Amino acid sequence: MPFDLSAAQVKWFEIVMAALTKEESRYLAYKLNREPNKTEKEIVAAEWSEHCSYKSSKRFIKMLPSKGKHVVVGPGYDAAVLDVGDGYVITVHIESHNHPSAVDPYGGAATGVGGVIRDIISTGTRPIALLDALRFAPLLKEDNEDGSSNSEWLFRHVVRGIGDYGNCIGVPTVAGEIEFDPSFINYCLVDVASIGFGRRDSIVRNRANYDDLIILVGGPTGRDGIRGAAFASKTYLHHNRSAVQIPDPFLEKLLIEAITEAVEEGAIKALKDLGGGGLSCCLSEMSDNLEKGFDIELSEVHVKEKGMSPLELMLSESQERMLIITDHLKIDNIRRIFDKYELKYVILGKIKDHHNLVIRCNEKIVANMPSNIVANAPLARRFSKRPAYLSTLRLDFTPPVTPSNLTRVLLSMLSNPTIASKEWIYRQYDHEVGLRTMVKPGYADASVLRLDNGKFISVKLDGNSKQCYIDPYHGTLGCLSEACRNVACTGAYPIGIIDHLQFGSPENPEVFWSFRRAVSAINNYCKFMKIPVVGGKVSFYNETSKGPIKPTPVIGAIGLIEEKRLITQSSLKDGDAIFIVGTTANETGGSEYYEYVHRITGGNVAKVDMNIDRLNLRSTLELIDKNAVSCVHDCSKGGVAVAISEMAILGGVGFNIFIDKIPNSCYSIDSLLFSESHSRYVIGTQEPKTVEKILSGIDGLVFSQIGDAYNENVTFKMKSEILIDTDLRAITTNFKRLEQIMTR
Amino acid sequence: MIGQIRREEQRKKGPVGTMIATKPISNENLNRHQEGSYSSQRMARIGIVVFPGSNCDRDVHYILNNVLKIQADFVWHTDSNLGTYDSVIIPGGFAYGDRLRAGVIAAHTPVAIELKKMAKGGRTILGICNGFQILVECGLLPGALVMNNSLSFVCRWTTIQVDNNNTPFTSLFKRNQTFKIPIAHGEGRYVADGRLLKSILRNNQVVFRYFKDDPNGSVDHIAAVCNEEGNVMGIMPHPERAPVNRSFDEASMIFRCLSTYLQPK
Repeated sequence: MPFDLSAAQVKWFEIVMAALTKEESRYLAYKLNREPNKTEKEIVAAEWSEHCSYKSSKRFIKMLPSKGKHVVVGPGYDAAVLDVGDGYVITVHIESHNHPSAVDPYGGAATGVGGVIRDIISTGTRPIALLDALRFAPLLKEDNEDGSSNSEWLFRHVVRGIGDYGNCIGVPTVAGEIEFDPSFINYCLVDVASIGFGRRDSIVRNRANYDDLIILVGGPTGRDGIRGAAFASKTYLHHNRSAVQIPDPFLEKLLIEAITEAVEEGAIKALKDLGGGGLSCCLSEMSDNLEKGFDIELSEVHVKEKGMSPLELMLSESQERMLIITDHLKIDNIRRIFDKYELKYVILGKIKDHHNLVIRCNEKIVANMPSNIVANAPLARRFSKRPAYLSTLRLDFTPPVTPSNLTRVLLSMLSNPTIASKEWIYRQYDHEVGLRTMVKPGYADASVLRLDNGKFISVKLDGNSKQCYIDPYHGTLGCLSEACRNVACTGAYPIGIIDHLQFGSPENPEVFWSFRRAVSAINNYCKFMKIPVVGGKVSFYNETSKGPIKPTPVIGAIGLIEEKRLITQSSLKDGDAIFIVGTTANETGGSEYYEYVHRITGGNVAKVDMNIDRLNLRSTLELIDKNAVSCVHDCSKGGVAVAISEMAILGGVGFNIFIDKIPNSCYSIDSLLFSESHSRYVIGTQEPKTVEKILSGIDGLVFSQIGDAYNENVTFKMKSEILIDTDLRAITTNFKRLEQIMTR
Repeated sequence: MIGQIRREEQRKKGPVGTMIATKPISNENLNRHQEGSYSSQRMARIGIVVFPGSNCDRDVHYILNNVLKIQADFVWHTDSNLGTYDSVIIPGGFAYGDRLRAGVIAAHTPVAIELKKMAKGGRTILGICNGFQILVECGLLPGALVMNNSLSFVCRWTTIQVDNNNTPFTSLFKRNQTFKIPIAHGEGRYVADGRLLKSILRNNQVVFRYFKDDPNGSVDHIAAVCNEEGNVMGIMPHPERAPVNRSFDEASMIFRCLSTYLQPK
């Protein structure tokens, strides 16, 4: 039975966080026309936290283009809904769980998966895929500035957490990306995206009528994860273990099945998952969205432990819980289904004809506020200022001398954990369950999933904190271009973008400047390319002991492959002629070559010319359409030398490249080999004449035939001089470096 | 040689059930459905047992019905109709979240008793991955499945070799035939002590072995075993996942064998 707060609890609460700012408190009292009580204040504080309210970012992300012919439901809901034709839709959502994962990598990452899966279920669709984008400090101690790192521990357990959760619920983890950078020391970024699939007519409409029933279903409510949202809305300074939730994938699996069954029976009128902020946020947002009042009684909530106060019940972020609204006609279906899966549920209350959120405990009112006040935080005014470090970076920068042994540089680049094979990771994820995975991780730039209408979707996440640090605007443009290129390489046209913007504290004007630059890059790119931004998330307060993290927007692209089109992979085939589309410029700033090989931060970040980007993307898709290629690979991290090596490793065949044939504007050979200029595609084909003919027919396109794939030698030649001379075995061995580190 | 003799013996004794499973078992209670629909040309019915936490139930259902055109139904684990099926498949997944130990909780539910009855009556039971773990925990198959020797979950493709092609699940394979098949498991290392292993080998109960590529460190590279009678088989790899990749789809032959075996003769 819940009780009021004990004196000790009150004290502990106050220590953990000073909830609302003074201005917010004043604003709340003004809006309510009275002083809120303690519980009300805390409920509002949870909802008005940065994590739940987007109070710093809302006015900027609102401007992103979100309309398009495929968009059924855009951003602002639990998950975006995209029409894929024939009465089917896919749903997509992205979330991060950075703060919890830095404290408890296993539990933090696992509950991150759980959260995003429930967002997909909330639309009434079945989750069919997971993607993850991970960022850590370098694994080896010597690669970190102060020679110490817990990143191997974080990395190992984050991967295990994602694997154990995704495997258990039977949703394949199909794609992702990973980056190691010293700026993430003692911290990590764990972004998880999920894709759902369902019928358009069974999407939950989120409507409700008076007297409908509000039901809480799933796991018991406990003291775990109390104030997780608040925790995530502060700079991460000390380990707050109690703010991390405990994962239970089995329960999540039952929720997936039960909710899907209830949706099929049309028994659910509205649906929302309980995430950050627990019941507080879920109830207030739902009540506000439905424009209906909620009468809630907390005393019957099934709990993990006795003696939880109403406030703790409202703020708990215990996982695997969902809120559903049904009516008296369908309540028996709901009961039958939940009983079948042995899921615990409680009728929390009813929809009322007022517009308030009324919370009772044992019939005593503990909170009573208009839900539109609770759900709509006053926007915060944040100042922005160009970071001082940008000028310093420019002044301090001296380009490195071209190394004499380029073979060694290439092998070292391939063994860079950011570039090396990620097999150690995806082998721990069940990436085939569900029988939809047509292109598995590691085989192409993006993963391809089969849909029930004969079409396919191609999905990929991309980020690049190194480039976004040196140039937030062009770095972000680069991530967008790369994500779109990746899905295009499998033969898909991008139909939607999701973004996850991760930055330090928004109260720091320099951080906020970077944030605004990133948003304007997304805005410009997506408007130009006419690809809607269908969903996203902002995560602030990602700070380590060394200050804010590098700006890290993670971009997800969703591409659609129409029926009976060819799906292309990246593996080079024996006898392929190798082409490159796009120009290589002197753009090594923030490249893996500078950062990993030379430990230099600075220089020119690769810029995206959107006209060229669109032209190259369309031309490559045209080649795939005309069935003229045997493989396509995007040129990004590590540059052209790494891109071709990856294709060779995958195809098990060597190659010879004439460097001087690569269209470029570079000053040095190393920059030509390793520059990360965007909008480039490496293409292998058995029909060079056809490719040549198609490409030369496209006005303004820069391309060139640069070499061939045969036997097992790997060579890069400049006219007759051999610059890189190695073989398939050496590059393959070096490419397995990540596995060697993790299994040593 | 031993296998040969064993098969001869089986043929003489005739217990493996070519006759048993296609004809209704006389000493078992048949429910109305079977009695009603039973005729000389009755279609054999395959049930896919679904536990809370089963993951590959939908995959097996899709492959059987939509790709291989073998009719199969879902059967919720508490469904009292289970006993009416001629054959059941226990799909992969994490029944009861693999709590305590993979398969152990499912093996202590009422359905286990039903499964034992069916096995005893000579009907075919195929356990895939988690289904294999459940059958082992039920005591229907010998040995045990423990954590992979890599100590982590492993999802990839491997190659297996047919060791016994005289079971209802392998009759269309050639002995020593090898083919590619996907695996995805954390607790897939098959173990049996010396004496048990000897008896398994003597009785020709090893159905498939990992071929040159053992992903989990199983004793004698065992990937699938059957019971002494041959009507219950557990297999760690996932034959239902192979048809997605058309170029390597010999694995789904396991289901074709089962279907052929169940056809009225």
